[in-house]
Amino acid sequence: MIVGEQKPLDEIWGMIKDHKKVLIFGCNTCVAVCQQGGNKEAEVMASMLRMRATQEGNGIEIIDSGIERQCEHEFFEKTEPMIQGVDAVLSTACGIGVQFMAEKYEIPIYPGLNTTFLGAVEQAGVFTEKCQACGQCILGETGGICPIARCAKRVLNGPCGGSTQGKCEINKDIECAWQLIVDRLKLLNRMERYEELTPIKDWSTDRAGGPRKLVREDLVENE
Amino acid sequence: MSDNNLKTPSKLEKILKAGHFAVTSECGPPRGSDLEAVAKKAELIKDHVDAINITDNQTSVCRMSSLAACIRLKTMGLEPVLQMVTRDRNRIALQSDILGAAAWDIHNILCLSGDHQSFGDSAAGQNVHDLDSMQLLQTVRRMRDESKFLGGDEIKRPPRMFAGAAANPFADPFEIRVNRLAKKVAAGAEFIQTQCIYNLDKFEEWMKGVVDRGLHEKTYIMAGLTPMKSAGMARYMKNRVPGMDVPDEVVKRLADTPKDKQAEEGIKICIESIQRLKEVEGVRGFHVMAIEWEEMVPEIVEKSGLHPRPEV
Repeated sequence: MIVGEQKPLDEIWGMIKDHKKVLIFGCNTCVAVCQQGGNKEAEVMASMLRMRATQEGNGIEIIDSGIERQCEHEFFEKTEPMIQGVDAVLSTACGIGVQFMAEKYEIPIYPGLNTTFLGAVEQAGVFTEKCQACGQCILGETGGICPIARCAKRVLNGPCGGSTQGKCEINKDIECAWQLIVDRLKLLNRMERYEELTPIKDWSTDRAGGPRKLVREDLVENE
Repeated sequence: MSDNNLKTPSKLEKILKAGHFAVTSECGPPRGSDLEAVAKKAELIKDHVDAINITDNQTSVCRMSSLAACIRLKTMGLEPVLQMVTRDRNRIALQSDILGAAAWDIHNILCLSGDHQSFGDSAAGQNVHDLDSMQLLQTVRRMRDESKFLGGDEIKRPPRMFAGAAANPFADPFEIRVNRLAKKVAAGAEFIQTQCIYNLDKFEEWMKGVVDRGLHEKTYIMAGLTPMKSAGMARYMKNRVPGMDVPDEVVKRLADTPKDKQAEEGIKICIESIQRLKEVEGVRGFHVMAIEWEEMVPEIVEKSGLHPRPEV
């Protein structure tokens, strides 16, 4: 899922304070799981911003709401009138939701979160990055552990010389992805795979190739 | 390894293939544009080494480019080893700089991934890592041996570079460190310069694994050494430098020496290490990295019985 982190209140306040009526708008899927941008968090953020407005003697009106997902048209139907009635929206969705709304509405849509990574729920309250959506999955070759997302140097033939006791050289709290890969290949009895050189990667399916688009002709026709 | 079948005009290659112990050292370019800083360092060591590595923005601290400093060595008639990291340049820039170096007849290259940028003065910068160090080795070998760019087009006047890589026998997991060397050899590494060796027992254990697999006959292994200036430096290297293995007895030996004699003791340890490593099967040379202490290289080389350097 997509993990995000709330922006500092000062930064948010700076974006919205000159508007008259602002909707704090939650997105109740990915960023609700990390409890940063769901409808509940939007509600809490709205009340903090109202307090801030009172403190500063600013007459801004702040309302809150939310939908299931801000990245699909169909979820917006019910809240349409509410969005039409404000002069700006603070979206607590990821960057996808913010942009999707900006394409739909001719009012400013501000980001309430910093979108941080594609990750998993390691344990309650702990989220870790697992994928960088490079568009050419090599997990089948690396024991199910991604060196692109999880090695600080995205080394495809690792580990580098800085791996110490299973940890990355940049931070003792980060596991060395290549130590994990070696451990995993051993477990799967596939250590012979370790000595195969991973070829030079085609990054054209990654960000390097420009904005990506997937078109499923069969689904487009059915609409 | 056929010892008279030279692949490049490299002096380092000639010396290694003639069966001599090779000796290299390194100089870091200045944090400014004064080329004479490079010349001055090189002047101190030039009669005691066969080739001089020029580091490439080591520890991610921005410096004069390795290529510019290598060209200065060429103008002095010296033999540079161009260090090249994959952190800062994509495949276009890497191949372009390889050709730039080849244009100046720089005949040695050391392919590295580079320290992470968070260690240096540009922690907010991007890292590139379009290729990794093994893939850079493959690139150099393809450009040299097939006269081809990675994109497949032909290179006119291809580079003639002796291709090297680093190896750290002390990083984890230790059990794959020999396999990892085998990968570098398969990727095209003709010489290896190792991480600084302080734990000689562990290094010898690694070398035994290397020899058992016959890798010492496929690549020339040069043992890396850095003399310690003080007990404080030994402690710093032990505790703070990633992938460094400094045994307690080395720290203790320096700490038990009076402060004003510690540098001398550090040099002594370095010389003793070289003497011991000369006897280790598969060790074919020494890479003496006297960091900002280049003036000590002649003494280390002489007292280790590695002087005069052979004429080839």
